[in-house]
Amino acid sequence: MTTSTETIEQLATREYKHGFYTDVEQETIPRGLSEDVVRMISAKKDEPEWLLEWRLQAYRVWLTMREPSWGNIKYGPIDYQNIIYYAAPKQKKTLSSLDEVDPEIRRTFEKLGISLEEQKILSGVAVDAVFDSVSVATTFKEKLAGLGIIFCSFSEAVQNHPALVRKYLGTVVPYSDNFFATLNSAVFSDGSFAYIPKGVRCPMELSTYFRINAKETGQFERTLIIAEEGSYVSYLEGCTAPMRDENQLHAAVVELVALDNATIKYSTVQNWYPGDKDGKGGIYNFVTKRGKCQGVNSKITWTQVETGSAITWKYPGCILQGDNSIGEFYSVATTNNWQQADTGTKMIHLGKNTKSTIVSKGISAGHGQNTYRGLVKIAKGAKRAHNYSQCDSLLIGDKCGAHTFPYLEIKNSTARVEHEASTSKIGEDQIFYCRQRGLSSEDAVNMIVSGFCREVFRQLPMEFAVEAQKLLSISLEGSVG
Amino acid sequence: MLKVRNLHARVAGREILRGIDLSMNHGEVHAIMGPNGSGKSTLARVLSGHPEYEVTEGEVLFEGENLLEMEPEERARAGVFMAFQYPVEIPGVNNAYFLKAALNTMRKHRGEEELDAMEFMTLVRDRMKQLDMDEALLSRPVNEGFSGGEKKRNEIFQMAVLEPKLGVLDETDSGLDIDALRVVAHGVNTMRNADRSFLVVTHYQRLLNYIVPDVVHVLTDGRIIRSGGKELALELEDKGYGWLEEPVGLK
Repeated sequence: MTTSTETIEQLATREYKHGFYTDVEQETIPRGLSEDVVRMISAKKDEPEWLLEWRLQAYRVWLTMREPSWGNIKYGPIDYQNIIYYAAPKQKKTLSSLDEVDPEIRRTFEKLGISLEEQKILSGVAVDAVFDSVSVATTFKEKLAGLGIIFCSFSEAVQNHPALVRKYLGTVVPYSDNFFATLNSAVFSDGSFAYIPKGVRCPMELSTYFRINAKETGQFERTLIIAEEGSYVSYLEGCTAPMRDENQLHAAVVELVALDNATIKYSTVQNWYPGDKDGKGGIYNFVTKRGKCQGVNSKITWTQVETGSAITWKYPGCILQGDNSIGEFYSVATTNNWQQADTGTKMIHLGKNTKSTIVSKGISAGHGQNTYRGLVKIAKGAKRAHNYSQCDSLLIGDKCGAHTFPYLEIKNSTARVEHEASTSKIGEDQIFYCRQRGLSSEDAVNMIVSGFCREVFRQLPMEFAVEAQKLLSISLEGSVG
Repeated sequence: MLKVRNLHARVAGREILRGIDLSMNHGEVHAIMGPNGSGKSTLARVLSGHPEYEVTEGEVLFEGENLLEMEPEERARAGVFMAFQYPVEIPGVNNAYFLKAALNTMRKHRGEEELDAMEFMTLVRDRMKQLDMDEALLSRPVNEGFSGGEKKRNEIFQMAVLEPKLGVLDETDSGLDIDALRVVAHGVNTMRNADRSFLVVTHYQRLLNYIVPDVVHVLTDGRIIRSGGKELALELEDKGYGWLEEPVGLK
């Protein structure tokens, strides 16, 4: 009772749970970015000539670009010449089974609670574990291969399925797309690749755990998922990173392609190091994620739970090209302490009868700043296109902020566009009410927050939803006394 | 069960309670009456541990324990329930979910098994019937969009589910029409037993026609200036509070 008057002002004091460092020998290249570095990365990965050319084109375009400044985020200048663009755990030989994985790396996964055996046995989830830049272990490949599904690291796809990579790479996010995506195109290290053949329903959730580990190593993931006609895939991406003082740049690109009658669900739980309670350190997360509903009746659903990173800048979008195609975006973004998030989506309606749904939930606590930025664009030919947007903000305390920037560009008079927005605050009175019913302050906040996010959590696969809820409560821990 | 000794409390720097003495036994219903601003609601909130109220002097023992040293949730778990004068809305949180979480927290505290969804619903349906409540309220967010009467009924309903040792009713009758008042009173009366006590804070005597108190206290200016049987309430209704403030022998 003595300190309770300042309950709401008290900020998180909790240490980042996944803050440890694994001592694995790293193979790195010198700091900085140049054409030579791009060539070196490509050579290390033994890439075909066309891919090197593609990287170099990107690099040359990047040199002419300027870092965007329109985001509602503040951060110090990034020195792109002071970044190491490639790091890979040293491997002596190719691995044929999990037993051959470096025990240090295995222990790290176990600490994170994602031991591969457990994943294999218990959850039936195929995990393509990306440790820094190179895949160290892949599971369930045979089972998937039986169905003709390709699920592997991006590098492997370049080696083993070059025609597919070449056909689709850059078709959704071209190498000249934006500053960060272009940088990624020049220097991307690795990532995931999935290909679901015609008519196949992928029998398990595909998932990748990303992890940034090498000190001062920028992470440039590249993911490409292709769903052929009538296929279905659900892909999960979850992230944790060790504690660091230096800010770490992360600029990933994800491209999704859905052909006729195909469905892709892409779910993300992002839990990178957010910086300490004074705003020191943390990941800078500048991500370009886009899906193309290329075929008729195709559907892409983005679901994201963003709890980590010092800065989050991402707008997973859908290009609704095929008639009757559907794009969905469900998002929970949390900012606590000094975190900043500028996130939302872009729904580009090109085909007839295309539909999009946007549900965005922003939670701000501490000094956190949370911005929703969304574009709904309805092209001339997109007859009877329909968009529904809902943007809700929840404030905890009075030092945080919530901002909403919806952009609408409508060129067709048959379009129907609805937008709803709300801002609410968790008040002392609500918390006291819950406490009077026997619930602790933390439980009260968690209950209110998960009630607020329910529409989004409902979109996540079950086991992921549980994890997301846990993460959310961890990231808000200490936001009330 | 409850012993309040020389309780002083203030809110926003202003002293509201100036030395309350009060003693309640198990099974008793005490009414606190008094004019507006006398400190009735403050007493209820101080007992429940509202963070805006600061206790400056005195002590409160609940079942022999020092209540003032306990956090609000500890008091609740120990069996102190407050029916709020202004029940708080919690958007997005389902009423049934909220109540189940509260009930299971209390049960866990008492070393009892948590109820599963089926057992919980059986209990809840029974209590809802008692209070003539629409079951649809269960699936709505806590108090959101409830009418004034529904909110008050919901408070008593929660109390009926949580089964506290001490129910503190903070002006539960305000804003209730006569039918709702009867229903609420019936809910409270059903819960009365030899162990459970109630502290009923009210401005009007009306409620006490239905919830008949054992003791009536009159609070003025932060002090109890008169205590008596249920007749005292009737006398007040008749003569008004001014009658008590004048008499000789009282400061």
